[in-house]
Amino acid sequence: MSAPRFAVIVFPGSNCDKDLLWAIQTVVGVDAEFVRHDATSLKGFDAAMLPGGFSYGDYLRCGAIARFSPVMEEVHRFADEGKPVFGTCNGFQILCEAGLLPGALLKNTSLRFVCETAEVEVANNETRFTSHYEKDQRLRIPVAHAEGRYTVTDEELEELTANHQIAFRYAKGHNPNGSVDDIAGVTNKAGNVLGMMPHPERAVEALLGSADGLPFFSSLIASMTA
Amino acid sequence: MPTSSKNYKVTVYVTYKESVLDPQGQAVQGAITRMGYEGIDTVRIGKYFEITAHEVPGTPIEQTVDSICDKLLANPNMETYRYDIEEDAR
Amino acid sequence: MKGVQLSEPTAEEVRDTKIYRSWSMTDAEYERAVKMLGRLPNYTEAGLFAVMWSEHCCYKSSTPILKTFPTTGPRVLQGPGEGAGIVDIGNGKAVVFKAESHNHPSAVEPFEGAATGVGGILRDIFSMGARPVAVLDSLRFGELSADKAKNVEHNKFLVDQVVAGISSYGNCIGVPTVGGETAFDSCYEGNPLVNVMCVGLIDQKDIQKGRAAGAGNSIMYVGATTGRDGIHGATFASEEFGEGNETQRSAVQVGDPFMEKQLVEACLDVIHNHNDILVGIQDMGAAGLVSSSTEMASKAGTGLYLKLDDVPQRETNMTPYEMMLSESQERMLLCVKKGHEQEITDIFTSYGLDAVTIGNVTDDGMYTLEHKGKVVAEIPVRFLTDDAPEYHLPTAVPQRLAALRTTDARDGISVTNPEQTFLELLASPTIASKEHIWHTYDSQVLTNTVIRPGSDAAVIRVRNTDTALAMTTDCNGRYIYLDPEIGGKIAVAEAASNIVASGATPLAITDCLNYGSPENPEVMYDLTQSAAGLSAACKTFETPVISGNVSLYNETSHEAVYPTPMIGMVGLIEHTDHIVTQAFKAAGDAVYLIGSLRPDFAGSELQKLQTGSIHGQISDIDLEGIKATHDTLLAAIREGLVASAHDVSEGGVAVALAESAFGFDSKSGDGSENPQADILGVDAKLDLEDELLFAETIGTFVVSVPLTAVARFEELFADSDATATRIGSVDNSGLLEIATRGKGISVSTMSAKKVWKESLACLLS
Repeated sequence: MSAPRFAVIVFPGSNCDKDLLWAIQTVVGVDAEFVRHDATSLKGFDAAMLPGGFSYGDYLRCGAIARFSPVMEEVHRFADEGKPVFGTCNGFQILCEAGLLPGALLKNTSLRFVCETAEVEVANNETRFTSHYEKDQRLRIPVAHAEGRYTVTDEELEELTANHQIAFRYAKGHNPNGSVDDIAGVTNKAGNVLGMMPHPERAVEALLGSADGLPFFSSLIASMTA
Repeated sequence: MPTSSKNYKVTVYVTYKESVLDPQGQAVQGAITRMGYEGIDTVRIGKYFEITAHEVPGTPIEQTVDSICDKLLANPNMETYRYDIEEDAR
Repeated sequence: MKGVQLSEPTAEEVRDTKIYRSWSMTDAEYERAVKMLGRLPNYTEAGLFAVMWSEHCCYKSSTPILKTFPTTGPRVLQGPGEGAGIVDIGNGKAVVFKAESHNHPSAVEPFEGAATGVGGILRDIFSMGARPVAVLDSLRFGELSADKAKNVEHNKFLVDQVVAGISSYGNCIGVPTVGGETAFDSCYEGNPLVNVMCVGLIDQKDIQKGRAAGAGNSIMYVGATTGRDGIHGATFASEEFGEGNETQRSAVQVGDPFMEKQLVEACLDVIHNHNDILVGIQDMGAAGLVSSSTEMASKAGTGLYLKLDDVPQRETNMTPYEMMLSESQERMLLCVKKGHEQEITDIFTSYGLDAVTIGNVTDDGMYTLEHKGKVVAEIPVRFLTDDAPEYHLPTAVPQRLAALRTTDARDGISVTNPEQTFLELLASPTIASKEHIWHTYDSQVLTNTVIRPGSDAAVIRVRNTDTALAMTTDCNGRYIYLDPEIGGKIAVAEAASNIVASGATPLAITDCLNYGSPENPEVMYDLTQSAAGLSAACKTFETPVISGNVSLYNETSHEAVYPTPMIGMVGLIEHTDHIVTQAFKAAGDAVYLIGSLRPDFAGSELQKLQTGSIHGQISDIDLEGIKATHDTLLAAIREGLVASAHDVSEGGVAVALAESAFGFDSKSGDGSENPQADILGVDAKLDLEDELLFAETIGTFVVSVPLTAVARFEELFADSDATATRIGSVDNSGLLEIATRGKGISVSTMSAKKVWKESLACLLS
């Protein structure tokens, strides 16, 4: 396969779109482009990346309106075809609202917005997004959200665990939002869709405090070029 | 808007399912208790929508409202909803 | 309903009923308008005069003072007069910044007041063509403990809501809130200060001006619709609060950060990609449409013809007066080359925004408004702008000064248990960690933030260069209250010290001048004298004033806030390798005190803690001496000799040493740099009395230096006019040990940190 090409989806109100593009294009050095919410095709792209932000102001529920964007049909198609789909923060919320990932993200237990460098652990390093990490590797990746409390039913949690769908957990005692089972990121059953509240694109340069997000991008790229 | 068709006033209430933790509701409940009110058992916070609509032949209003609630206004993973429909003599 | 003007008073009725008085226009000003026009202004016109001649719009009382500020310099590309000032930072790039106050709206409706304060200053920045890259907030509130406040619960509510408003707007729009400061004094109870500074970056080729030039070109209105919200916000900000004046409560607007996010992207799209058809662009801020449009015409020397029926309205039956004065948020005004309106509309439509033509530029210099087929206002533009009144108001030496100076600053101060005093200071809300606040701000979005809140200054890197920008806000109103001129110097010197301690050369400042009523000669004295102090310091530190804002009438029932000229300063770091934080880095590093401590207790936290008030004469500061210290410290930083640097301010050297030892919380962003920060201690000895540990001597620093760099560091200082005294070293003891001629301090770093870190959350709960 030729060099992979990333689509960074821009919803009205996305605000980490430029950060994601910068991380992929400039820091990692792989082809990436913005794709508007009203685009009807992802032709020519190999991965769909949903950035953080406040799509449509998050005025109804986080991600609830963005999931109806025209481009989401293509994102669904990508997911069905086994192509990589990734969402961080608001992107994760959109993927849950769209039904591409189980569960929902509710208001943090503290009821406050939290911006900090989270202590995150790799719960499963056998996904296409995490293969360049060690299992249980401790990472420092920023979080910034008010609605990041991952919630699923007990049955869904059992299923997630059984299927190894939990990709990242907050380290014990470092859960910033009250997520069930300290879950920070989950994949779909097939393993090609990942959503996580931490922002790997904010952890790609040591100058800014952490480069622990780099293996995330390199894992994904390796999985696409293998 | 056709003048002969019926007009409706729809009110939709969306709340978290009982099983879902509602820290905002708990915070309000705590405040109520601290203010000294007695007899308050639980508080749950939800959303309230006021919608005006008119009759569309062939589609019952309930069907439209149900669909809007299922798809947009409530997240069935965590929320539940109910609504009232009143005929509106506008 | 037809002809809503029918319900408006006639020109004669305006004159006879003196309705303009309710818009804070004086009889003399009304007469002046009549004389200039040569006829009676109608209701709409009188309203336009009233708002454009309000203090908030024309700075009629402060202009003579603002003219004394140094505003030029080799790097200054744009001084005061546009939306924001601009400074050259090399590589074809420039930094754009400005600060603005939103005190009055925040007092009435703190959440929306603070949120729209953020929104307003962002528009000033992107209207220049710059992308906003950082926000800082300077906040002042009443006291948080019941024994010091009239209504402590309300003070807590204000803090909570102001912070929530800033967080809500800034986080949503995706501009990091990287710094600022928060302080507490009883004078701010009832009149909190909410000053917001925004910093933007721009390629110099993209710099815009707010001009409506070229007769025939179109005036386009973009963004949110116009409602009745915020009418008379400008005159509202130019009045002092009276208790029980409930009608003022209608004056607050509600912000829509989502709309503004779209507005930023659309405006920058036009500026960057369609600059050939854009003539000028301006934010609709205070006094909305009238202010923005007349300013654009005034700057271009043109006239305007506006058709008000075309203004997008969200309410029915709005009068011309209401439309012109509305302060609805998230609106911009563009001047577009004739014939290209549709292109602009198409761009805005693609961002989900409206853009409509509401009029055109004329060459007659007249400001003409048409509504429902009738001309409802016809005034020469310059009457409203350039010809606004300017007052040289009388000044009088404040009576308080003589009284405050009869006592010695040391009166009432007695440090018998320095350890206890130290811990009490760490717990005082002004000194305690503000993490509880900034934890709720997204400080990292846009992925440029190198130093997050919590150090002397915030630092963001400039992409595609080796450079970075340091930024800070500062002002200690107590010093200005005690001596306006010296206090003014200190405000700038403090800001410069913060910038230098981060490894940056100070570039320029913006200011928010928060004072009481200018009709009080004592307030005018404070304003004049502190401006003289600011100017002197700005000249020494080579930091011209490139933008700013004046907020007067900060009074509640005739009690004014401390005169508080907030200084926002930006500095340039030539290479990201030079970035320094206040946190100690490693055990073994030598610790130096730069400069020498004096018994500076007037206005100090110690004085306030022990006497419950502030008094005494503050000593003058040696600006040149501080500048020399800054230059030497910067030279040392650039040579890579400095591991940490922290300026001594509130709480004195003991608090500065402690804060350096506390480092950052390992969870909050800087832990990779100093993983052992939690357990670091310091062993220092100062040949001073215990009291001096808490003296607030401006221009002194606590610096740590790796042992390998000690010789060169000392050599640099020996060759300069600055002094550096080795006072001890960083160690692994986990103890803060500061020996003195007296008892000194010896406490565990962790326990002291706990007090400092948890105090604010505890006070606010």
